[in-house]
Amino acid sequence: MAEVILNDQNFENEVLKSDVPVLVDFWAPWCGPCKMMGPIIDEIAKKFEGKAVKIAKLNVDDAASTAEKYNVMSIPTFKIFKSGEIVDEFVGVQSEEEIINKLEKIIS
Amino acid sequence: MYDLIVVGGGPAGLTAAIYAARRAMKTLILAKEFGGQAVYASKVENFPGFDLIPGYELMEKMKAQVERLGVEVKNIEATEIKKEDDIFFVRDKDNGAYEGKTIILSFGAVPRKLGLPNEDKFKGNGISYCATCDAPFFKNKNVAVIGGGNAALDAALLLAKFAKQVYLVHRREEFKAEEVRVNDAKKLQNIEMILSSEVKEIKGEKNIVGIVVGKVDSGETRELEVNGIFVEIGHIVESEFVSKIVELDERRQIIVNEKNETNVSGVFAAGDATTVPYKQIVIAAGEGAKAALTAYSYLQKVNSK
Repeated sequence: MAEVILNDQNFENEVLKSDVPVLVDFWAPWCGPCKMMGPIIDEIAKKFEGKAVKIAKLNVDDAASTAEKYNVMSIPTFKIFKSGEIVDEFVGVQSEEEIINKLEKIIS
Repeated sequence: MYDLIVVGGGPAGLTAAIYAARRAMKTLILAKEFGGQAVYASKVENFPGFDLIPGYELMEKMKAQVERLGVEVKNIEATEIKKEDDIFFVRDKDNGAYEGKTIILSFGAVPRKLGLPNEDKFKGNGISYCATCDAPFFKNKNVAVIGGGNAALDAALLLAKFAKQVYLVHRREEFKAEEVRVNDAKKLQNIEMILSSEVKEIKGEKNIVGIVVGKVDSGETRELEVNGIFVEIGHIVESEFVSKIVELDERRQIIVNEKNETNVSGVFAAGDATTVPYKQIVIAAGEGAKAALTAYSYLQKVNSK
């Protein structure tokens, strides 16, 4: 399963109403560190294929209202949603290992 | 067992890996993040061969080159380095362990913080260390940029395009930044320079509502209504995890000689984490190349024993 691309329209269905926890990567094309993290998120999506978790990317230009609603003022920002609620969030560049550890904690 | 373990994934570490791989050294990179500070620069205009390239694009190219050469790359933070006889043991954050015959330390530097009590609480929620990433979130708001170097001036100039008002707070009377940038900033009506002043306090509960700045000499204070604070006061080397093994200077930088040797044979260092002056991408890359070549000749000697 590749990662889900989010926008203001599909956010509710894909994230808030998701049966499984969702990692949302808030990013933008103008943000260098976000772009460097892109392939790392792709890699994580591959590693978690078939597991009870969804990996999603949210371009803050394409989903401006959602980014604003969640008070995103610094990117990259990562938030993990479970049953419509934020259960973990972290700001700034993260290592692949750190994100994997956080996801595993939540799905185990 | 690796011939070389590179700790850090910025220009110094990636270039070291390129040189090492081309000498057929079995190489591993352990990096907390890739590209280093270069990815925070929206435009790089002084890397030879490129008139203008976004920092992340340059670093993506370096990383791709490293991967094409077959270097093993792990996105994880190294936390401990030990030497036993002539072998180095590197441990990562997850307790993974790696053995290497040589080490190159190239973990760079991280943004210096203001050091105010509620600074961490507002990280990602009004405090930013990356103007190129976060400036667009402050459309029509008031912001403060702290610092007086090129990075601070660049941040102020960029923010002036989005924000209503930019306060540039600098603790000296003179800027360290290039004159061109300072003059550009002086021309803009929505940049106010607040000199010989430092931030005393960040105000706000959930979000930032203002800062208190104080004059360095008189202590006279002034309150500024801002929603965002962009910190550009330089970088520090987080070298604590190697302080027991290599010698550091008073700024916690790794002391190296002109061949990138540290005080420990088999351990080399390159880039912004070292005492080498001028923190530039091209310099870090050059130093990384030198470190790899020195590591290679060290290895030749060890292997021929």
